[in-house]
Amino acid sequence: MRSDETCRKLLEAIADLPLGETQIMEVCGTHTMAIAEAGIRSLLPKQIRLISGPGCPVCVTPPEDIDAVLELAMEPDVVLTSYGDMLRVPGSRRGDSLMRRRALGADVRIVYSPVDAVEIAAQEPEKQVVFLGVGFETTAPGTAAALLTAKERGLKNFTVLSLLKSVEPALRALMATEDFAVSGFLCPGHVATIIGEAGFRFLPEEYRMPGVISGFETEEILTAVYLLLRQIADGTPTIQNAYPRAVRPEGNILAKQMLQRAFTLQRANWRGLGEIPQSGFALREELSDYDAAKRFRIHPGQAVLQNGCRCGEVITGKLRPRQCPLFERVCTPEDPVGPCMVSSEGACAAAYKYQEI
Amino acid sequence: MDEIITLDYGSGGKKTSRLIEQYILPGFSNPALDVLGDGALIPGSGTLAFSTDSFVVDPLFFPGGDIGKLAICGTVNDIAMCGAEPKFLSCALIIEEGLPMQTLERVLQSMHDAAKKAGVQIVTGDTKVVDRGRGDKLYINTAGIGYQKHALAGLAAVRPGDAVLVSGTVGDHGTGVMLARSGMMEGEIRSDCAALNGLAEAMLSCGAAVRILRDPTRGGLATTLNEFTEGQNFGIELEEDAVPVRPEVRSACDLLGLEPIYCANEGKLVCICAKEDAARLLETMKQVPEGQNAAVIGRVTEDAAGRVVMRTALGGRRILQKLAGAQLPRIC
Amino acid sequence: MCLAVPLKLVEINGKDAVGEALGMRRSVRVDFIPDPKIGDYVMVHAGFAIERLPEEQAMDDLETWEELQHALG
Repeated sequence: MRSDETCRKLLEAIADLPLGETQIMEVCGTHTMAIAEAGIRSLLPKQIRLISGPGCPVCVTPPEDIDAVLELAMEPDVVLTSYGDMLRVPGSRRGDSLMRRRALGADVRIVYSPVDAVEIAAQEPEKQVVFLGVGFETTAPGTAAALLTAKERGLKNFTVLSLLKSVEPALRALMATEDFAVSGFLCPGHVATIIGEAGFRFLPEEYRMPGVISGFETEEILTAVYLLLRQIADGTPTIQNAYPRAVRPEGNILAKQMLQRAFTLQRANWRGLGEIPQSGFALREELSDYDAAKRFRIHPGQAVLQNGCRCGEVITGKLRPRQCPLFERVCTPEDPVGPCMVSSEGACAAAYKYQEI
Repeated sequence: MDEIITLDYGSGGKKTSRLIEQYILPGFSNPALDVLGDGALIPGSGTLAFSTDSFVVDPLFFPGGDIGKLAICGTVNDIAMCGAEPKFLSCALIIEEGLPMQTLERVLQSMHDAAKKAGVQIVTGDTKVVDRGRGDKLYINTAGIGYQKHALAGLAAVRPGDAVLVSGTVGDHGTGVMLARSGMMEGEIRSDCAALNGLAEAMLSCGAAVRILRDPTRGGLATTLNEFTEGQNFGIELEEDAVPVRPEVRSACDLLGLEPIYCANEGKLVCICAKEDAARLLETMKQVPEGQNAAVIGRVTEDAAGRVVMRTALGGRRILQKLAGAQLPRIC
Repeated sequence: MCLAVPLKLVEINGKDAVGEALGMRRSVRVDFIPDPKIGDYVMVHAGFAIERLPEEQAMDDLETWEELQHALG
């Protein structure tokens, strides 16, 4: 951990850059939280605006998909295993969440790893264990590996409900939206661990958009912000890796191979961005025995939100959390209207928890 | 004697008598309890402090303690935080059918030891047995009575400039229990479960102007400090770096996706005192084993009224909220 | 995009390993680490090691870091 001295120097260097009104975007829920926790926004010069994008995999899940999960949890003999993050996220009906369903009798269990869920399946053969796969490229390879372990062990009662998504198509869709006014991306460090610097090269090569891969410590984030703003000031878009200890140019080959082995990229629905082709990790045909969507015939409909939720706009950076009329007045972590306020990586949750003063 | 608790032990009949005579009385015998009346008659006059707490921790045994020790220390501490000397406890057990007798014996032994160490007596109690599946192994309720020794002025006496102190490292208990529950392999996080009446007495006798004491249990340090400031005309500013946290607790919290300042403590107290007395109070606290890692962690402020603000290492300031609900571990 | 912690591998058994940090031990899958060794530091996310970490900070070797040092004086 480097010193506060370096952070101060970085902030000075940032302030010295010849930049007018500039917007940069981070697209990683863990960055959202780390930035809020360290109070980085308040330390940057006024003309630099750091926006949160679609970095929270829970928040980009559309309400109908969450509703489908909530229904699945109520099926007899189903054990719904999930990361803790998902427990309080509401579907299309406010107050309805896995936590509420658990109180109504659903067998919902928190796991730290998909491997834990496989273990539960092995120990409770009479149950149908479903693992809720939520995440991006960082999480997907492990989910795939666990699934293959279940297959190796001949388990017949383990399935994965994949809500896993890929970051690149979302960035492309974002950049195609009207009035997209972001000049550079802070790239997610652990997604980059998997897809490498190579995985983000499309940004400068096809969109002349600079990107800097960032770690998660305050100093690492400030370093990346400085490098990104430097690129913007110099007009020399490229991909810089400011997290070299965990990110290689080519990423993690074994993990990428695992993704190929287990998944195909299908059209998926994203809250705030709509349907994006080839953006969701779906289980390959030959693994359909382990696909919860197939086993339980899950076909999410189209949920119509009546509650005024504006998460979709927050996710795409069009609305800052405090600009949402529901923020804090109506929507709170104890009683959220949408996922952004209650997901552990949501922009609104970060803004609420780490309010700057 | 049977090896497990069956429904008969809760019937109120012969088996219940035997349970009390063979397992409970011997460890806790005292004049008030031995009468086995419906209630205990105890001497006393003046202002009494009275408190109750129920304990439903899972697992029953964890590094540094167990449900029995918790049940004694928890109520002893609540009484001590009032500036009172804890003296007499009641204890009610709700046992799930099927609990091994050995488990109950272990818990009772632990309660005996904790009560002796804290200098309190259990003078009345109750035992019920519920059907298998209707109770999670064992639930314990304790209620306690103490005699007021020091009149604490409370929140009304808090002034801007007052010092905020904590008696030691935070997050140990909550982290220890979560770790034990998580199924991860051994780690060395011990609950800090301890009786604080000795520490409180030392603090309240040393001449320092102590405004208020509280033990930050569920919701952790952050929630307790918010309870102090809520609705008041003062705020509290906390120095992030000054809050003592064991490195292994920090590490376990990273692994589990928790935050130490929101994790429960069962052997710590928070205190607000006059600024000029902080140094002396700190010295006093450090002389007592339960206060050896005591530290000044912040101050009362005029601005940010009703709030708790944390000053980070980089000089940023942010609002510290109360814990919203149960702390769910983060992974993703 | 996700919380990950650095752990040191103290036991390895095929794809299953045990990672350790400050006395805390956790089971870790090493499917994505080519040729894992006892003593390796790895970044662990949701029970899987996603990359091997150099013991020393690798920053100093990098062009990026040089550029940064220059800028900071």
